[in-house]
Amino acid sequence: MSNASVLFDAPGPRARTLSRVLSIVTALLVAGGLLWMFLVLNAPKESGGITLPGMFDESRWDIFTDPELWSFIIGQGVANTLRAAAVAAVLAIILGIILSLMRSARSPWIRIPTAVLIEFFRGMPVLLMMLFILLVFSTGDYWAVVGALAIYNGALIGEALRAGLAALPRGQREAALSLGMRHLQSKMLVEFPQAFRQMLPIIVAQLVVLLKDTSLGFIVGYPELLRTTMNNLSSFYGNRYLFPLWVVTFLIYLAMNLSLSWFARWLARRGDRRYRTGGKAGGAPEPDPNQGLLMAEASAEARQAEAPPR
Amino acid sequence: MDVVIDNLPRYLEGFGMTILLLIVSGLAALVIGTVVAAMRISPVATLRTVAAFYTEIVRNTPLTLVLIFTALVLPYLGSRLPYVIAAMIGLAVYTSPFVAEALRSGINGVPVGQAEAARSVGLGFRQTVSLIIFPQAFRMTIPPLINVFIALTKNTSVAGGFFVVELFTVGKELANANGQAVIAVLLGVATFYLLITVPLGLLAVQLERKWVVQR
Repeated sequence: MSNASVLFDAPGPRARTLSRVLSIVTALLVAGGLLWMFLVLNAPKESGGITLPGMFDESRWDIFTDPELWSFIIGQGVANTLRAAAVAAVLAIILGIILSLMRSARSPWIRIPTAVLIEFFRGMPVLLMMLFILLVFSTGDYWAVVGALAIYNGALIGEALRAGLAALPRGQREAALSLGMRHLQSKMLVEFPQAFRQMLPIIVAQLVVLLKDTSLGFIVGYPELLRTTMNNLSSFYGNRYLFPLWVVTFLIYLAMNLSLSWFARWLARRGDRRYRTGGKAGGAPEPDPNQGLLMAEASAEARQAEAPPR
Repeated sequence: MDVVIDNLPRYLEGFGMTILLLIVSGLAALVIGTVVAAMRISPVATLRTVAAFYTEIVRNTPLTLVLIFTALVLPYLGSRLPYVIAAMIGLAVYTSPFVAEALRSGINGVPVGQAEAARSVGLGFRQTVSLIIFPQAFRMTIPPLINVFIALTKNTSVAGGFFVVELFTVGKELANANGQAVIAVLLGVATFYLLITVPLGLLAVQLERKWVVQR
């Protein structure tokens, strides 16, 4: 269903004109809307007798010519955000690997408690976990943020890896066992590397979520990017810079997240090419990590349903 | 444990607000998301571009940043919205691209052959969409949509950081007031969240097992 042209006849001249006209009308509407927003924001505002300059007035943006401000934003804000995200990402992947192996263990004494644990962590807000670590273990804001992100995303990555393990063709395991490998060897040397590679795009997509979630540090008091700009800087420079600071923060986040998202998409496309020779010709829809996980889980379940437990 | 039982009314108050946030912003996100998804598959090129742009931008913005805008920056720009409404708007906007993506991936999940077959037996556009594509897309859409709402449930806790008294705020206040029973207080809060997320998750798994078309 990637190309909708199957749904209707090829448009004739009239339909094509209509579509082009609609296209132009929409473009004009959007441009008009943006212009209107710009004008409203730019209009000087009366407030208690004094006229405040518009949001795009120079006097609201002059602080950004100061290199010291930028070194503070980058040196404290961006650096703390990236540091927390990087440490949490490494811990989350390690935790995810351990959880996925325990979750697919043969002994129910390991498998079932792990499943319950994963469900518990998956169903809880990260923010609550941060508060819990902060108050119960009194570790300080940094470890509250990193710990909560690592546990939460570790549980999600673990679940993704488990789905990847279960979705592998059974022959892989059978072949490994028939070569004389032990269960653990088969799992670590044969099954797990394949599952990890197949689930890599999903894992990276999860890391984008992790990077976004470091912003929750704003609420628990960790001085990451958001707290640096919207709290430290805006109280230092005053409220008149609130909007410009927000815009700058927004752009920095977009730059960070978009580059990571593009990396995830590139990985997914690369993996697709390698594993799916032939496949659909032309304009394949961009892979959706969520859908990938669902498909893996669905095929895993189908496999479990058709065969008794191994 | 006693702390939780003694403060049950407060918990329920916070829980009510969490559910209110969930329902209102969930419905709003469903509406916005459906519009965006429809724009994304429309034959008009500009609509597609705008929708793709919106999805990409909002999806890569942290929720905290969105809520800062609605709760702190908007009042400075002159809005007089109460914080609850501001949080609902922020949550709805933040969730809408995820809804749109879930819907779109459901529609994209229906193989082209289905549409081709329908067209070749002589069904028109409306018949193809309503009789062939939509029933299949619908089944594939519901489980991911439920997952979006589970995420929304957890995200409502962020509104607690922006002057909305919901479950997370209640937990924070109770934990500060009862320093000796922090663990019990917070586990109580977690229980209430799990009360929403776990049944929804089980429902998603159930529906998926029942509905996913084996191909």
